[in-house]
Amino acid sequence: MSETAPGSAPAERTDHRGDGDDRVPGGPPLLQVRNLKKHFPITGGFFQRVVGQVRAVDDVSFDVHEGEILSLVGESGCGKTTTARCVLRALDPTAGEVLFRRADGETVDVAKLRESELRPLWREMQMIFQDPFGSLNPRKNLLEIIGEPLYVQGVTSRQARMDRVAELLNLVGLRPEYMHRFPHAFSGGQRQRVVIARALALEPRLVVADEAVSALDVSVQAQILNLLLDLQRRLNLSYLFVAHDLSIVKHISHRVAVMYVGKIAELAPTDDLFRRPKHPYTSALMKAVPVADPDHRAALQGLPGEVANPADPPSGCYFHPRCPFAEERCRTETPQLRELAPGHHVSCHRAEELDLDGIGDLESGGDGAERPFGRAPAAPASADAAPPAEGPS
Amino acid sequence: MQQTPTRTDRDPDRARDADRTAAPERPGEPILSVRGLKTHFATDEGVVRAVDGVDFDLHPGEVLGIVGESGCGKSITMKSVMRLVQHPGRIVAGEIRYRRPAGDGKKAIDVDLATLRPQGRAIRRIRGGDIALIPQEPMASFSPLHSIGDQIVEAILLHQRVGRREAKRIAIEKLAEVGMPNPQQRFDAYSWQLSGGLRQRAVIALALSCNPSVLVADEPTTAIDVTTQAQVLELLKDLQRDHGSSIVFITHDLGVIAQLADHVVVMYLGRVMEQGPVRDIFHAPQHPYTRALLQSVPSLHAEPRVALPTVSGSIPHPLHRPTGCPFHPRCPDAMPGRCDVAMPAMASVDGRPPVACFLHHDQAEEDAA
Amino acid sequence: MAAKTDATSQVYVAPAWKMTWWRFRKHKLAVFCLWLIGLIALISISPQFFATTDPYATSARRAYIPTQFIRVVHDGQLTMPFVYGVVGERNQRTLRMEWVIDDEVRYPVRFFVRGFEYRFLGLIPTDRHLIGFAGAPPGETPALLGTDRLGRDQWSRLMYGTQISMSIGLVAVALSTLLGIILGGISGYFGGLTDNIIQRIIELLQALPPIPVWLALSAALPRTWPVTLVYFAITIILALLGWTRLAREVRGRFLSLREEDFVTAARLVGASRVRIIFSHMVPSFTSHIIAAVTLAIPLMILNETFLSFLGLGLRPPAISWGVMLQEAQNLQSVVNAPWLLLPGAFVIIAVLALNILGDGLRDAADPYAN
Repeated sequence: MSETAPGSAPAERTDHRGDGDDRVPGGPPLLQVRNLKKHFPITGGFFQRVVGQVRAVDDVSFDVHEGEILSLVGESGCGKTTTARCVLRALDPTAGEVLFRRADGETVDVAKLRESELRPLWREMQMIFQDPFGSLNPRKNLLEIIGEPLYVQGVTSRQARMDRVAELLNLVGLRPEYMHRFPHAFSGGQRQRVVIARALALEPRLVVADEAVSALDVSVQAQILNLLLDLQRRLNLSYLFVAHDLSIVKHISHRVAVMYVGKIAELAPTDDLFRRPKHPYTSALMKAVPVADPDHRAALQGLPGEVANPADPPSGCYFHPRCPFAEERCRTETPQLRELAPGHHVSCHRAEELDLDGIGDLESGGDGAERPFGRAPAAPASADAAPPAEGPS
Repeated sequence: MQQTPTRTDRDPDRARDADRTAAPERPGEPILSVRGLKTHFATDEGVVRAVDGVDFDLHPGEVLGIVGESGCGKSITMKSVMRLVQHPGRIVAGEIRYRRPAGDGKKAIDVDLATLRPQGRAIRRIRGGDIALIPQEPMASFSPLHSIGDQIVEAILLHQRVGRREAKRIAIEKLAEVGMPNPQQRFDAYSWQLSGGLRQRAVIALALSCNPSVLVADEPTTAIDVTTQAQVLELLKDLQRDHGSSIVFITHDLGVIAQLADHVVVMYLGRVMEQGPVRDIFHAPQHPYTRALLQSVPSLHAEPRVALPTVSGSIPHPLHRPTGCPFHPRCPDAMPGRCDVAMPAMASVDGRPPVACFLHHDQAEEDAA
Repeated sequence: MAAKTDATSQVYVAPAWKMTWWRFRKHKLAVFCLWLIGLIALISISPQFFATTDPYATSARRAYIPTQFIRVVHDGQLTMPFVYGVVGERNQRTLRMEWVIDDEVRYPVRFFVRGFEYRFLGLIPTDRHLIGFAGAPPGETPALLGTDRLGRDQWSRLMYGTQISMSIGLVAVALSTLLGIILGGISGYFGGLTDNIIQRIIELLQALPPIPVWLALSAALPRTWPVTLVYFAITIILALLGWTRLAREVRGRFLSLREEDFVTAARLVGASRVRIIFSHMVPSFTSHIIAAVTLAIPLMILNETFLSFLGLGLRPPAISWGVMLQEAQNLQSVVNAPWLLLPGAFVIIAVLALNILGDGLRDAADPYAN
């Protein structure tokens, strides 16, 4: 099942808003992740024997297209960060393929390369980290930090590096004079700009952003999001954007992959996913986001239970113990990620028959206020705890 | 500004119909009343004015949300109220009036907490017994060496005149009250055996164990996931509704504030920028900072991949506070020669909630030093 | 305002070592100790310059002279610094020499005077000394710290002893630092089996009771070895047993740094392993290593003193603090010649100063710690 490319976008996409920018970029995929697995051994006892495996990433497949922003979203421990780090080989995957199409058109399997073969490849794929304090060496100034990739990849002239660093600082909205300053001179938002400048120094085509804005203050977060979007457009970058905040994911991405305990629960174009989620977990996540509007209070709904333990996941569908729609099949049979509608992939046995709540058209009119999570008219009672027994819609 | 002892209407439909600009109705006499609070930290590099003149009231049965970004002093404000500020921090000015009528087997209290000795018996009795804290990091609240039940019992024995058996009964009752499944068995569980959500529930049970009049929740959902956060927020809502708890909720998350608070205090760099009923703050923000904050949050319902309105610059270093209004260097509407010179006072105009901004009134702070 | 901005931007472009120095400067006591250690270091470099007379010269007639203080007041009048002469009288009952001050004889203190010949830093022949006493007859140089059983000048011996004790401390620490950094670094960076083996060795070494091992090893040194060889052997024995703590520290640093995002970032831009270690990881903990080393030196000095005191370390005619204290071993000398304990005071001052300096450095080392 997962041998097919679950992320390949359909040839033509219907546009929901008439906004040209909303189109999901097509074309050949830049990155194809196939059956990626990362297991961490649990050791115990005096001799440090392996007593179990944490399946942090368990059979994950997706594509990222040229110029596309794909988000991996989920709660802590869902494996989104591990996936992102495996793509870049900051971590070595246990199994699976990470196929990257290089600028010269050749496709390589990043997962199998040796460190020496990875070095030239890292010119084309870079990372933005979550913590702007930990990802900059406090003992180096900006010239050394942003200039390091240049130096390592062969720009040995100091003047050439200074020119390029000045250019990069301008690009991310910092003054070039700052290049002799040290990280402690900067606030969190400014540091994140420095991290972005370093990532862009080698003109990568794929940028993996691991919770790039979640450590920032609200007013600064918006600045960085704008910068990331602006750079993406100007440099035709592709982002693999890892986040836990649905509002940010909704704002930035073309397509979204929702992860739960090391697996992809649902993968779909952003608008599709938020309007018509097909996986109960996606829907539950949306309902749990507190809306910044005091008039929409009744809407907030928690999800009972806790995230499953990736070292000892439940049988069948990992989500079944918390799922209001779980039935016998869900307890025994592991659902596969399948394409329900063009471009809309979901791993739920009951995806066809369920009619789940997405977010409504609040921005479109006043009546949205009455139904904050305007549910599809066909399923008036679908959010109730008892599993509905309606037929397929 | 708040005298009518009727409670704010919880029905969203009717409340929405109400005139939003009308003077806010807040229930009863304030139980906690903070005036001119200043807490400064004398560090080697200079004096950090973490809290620099903060006024607010907490009324019985109300959820007061204090919202702001890092360094705005929201946590230090409530630490000052509970007298938990550590050296080199010190309350240098202000009054923290805590007023509780008799009831629940407790005597009436009317005291200025700012004058109490920080280690004294009086404040220790109030802390935990009257004002309880729900901290950000639930793991740090419990010792890993003792079961959560034993620790709740300890807290009860410390503040109430009951026997150990009775204390245990109360503890289990509290655990059940916060929605802990199998409270009888969880009583003997250790904090590290619980998941994040249950641990946060246990912390709330601990905070509730002595029937406090005021609950201070300091970013209690920052460290937990969104689905668990929704559960905790629901629990706090229930506590307020069913027990009439007064809650001070500190957060940087506007969504959480919108969901939970009745009355909102917006802080920036140790000052209150604006305060008022939650609907006014969200639907008719007056201060440019509040407006900027609200606009810069990406919403689930907004157009994707368009530039968000942003506030330029970043939060100043606490040692390099701007003169005048602390927000003026980043403010799109700053008036040169006014905002960078004087600090606007909190004042309300036309019966609207008070705001500290010269765009709305001309009153400056008098003791501008 | 302009001055403030200047200061601020200075901070912005200040590299880490400068920030460390600024922080260190605030620690007044540590700065004072730094001066003190500097002085001790000067003495160690050229003890001959500070000595007043040949420390090996014995004189049976001049045994157990008490300390002769430098004075500035004579007959109630302030004068240039001078030292009174001493006259020995044999006590007829105990048959011991008793020394009394002869205030008729005054030896004025002079600076940069000529004395016995030596090679400054072992290279330049000279006969200049820091202090000397005008008019003192040869062989009767006033003893600033008194003399010992054999009539040797304690002050000069202390200067010479400082060189040996400090250098043993330094060399032993340098050796163990080298061992510690290499083994700890290998252990921390590569991990796995290598790490496991090195850690078990460290545990084994730490489980050995140090005193008996030292005793055994030093006792195994042939009695016939010349002083210099014994000196090196002792250094190596101390170093071989002393590297474990530092190795653990280095390993821990490597382990935590390996997980740091900025190290991952350096790897992801294609930096080589060598570059990551020497450009990112090592600079991040050099200040810690310096602090740890500073704290290790006094331990080594104490170890040497202790071994020599027991007669198992350096042996006369070598001079070290421990050898000098050996003179003060018996009750008789403590009662009759308490000045023989003065080297002990010197050890205490040096060890305390090094410890305070190390603490100050450690506190200043990481401005990013909190």
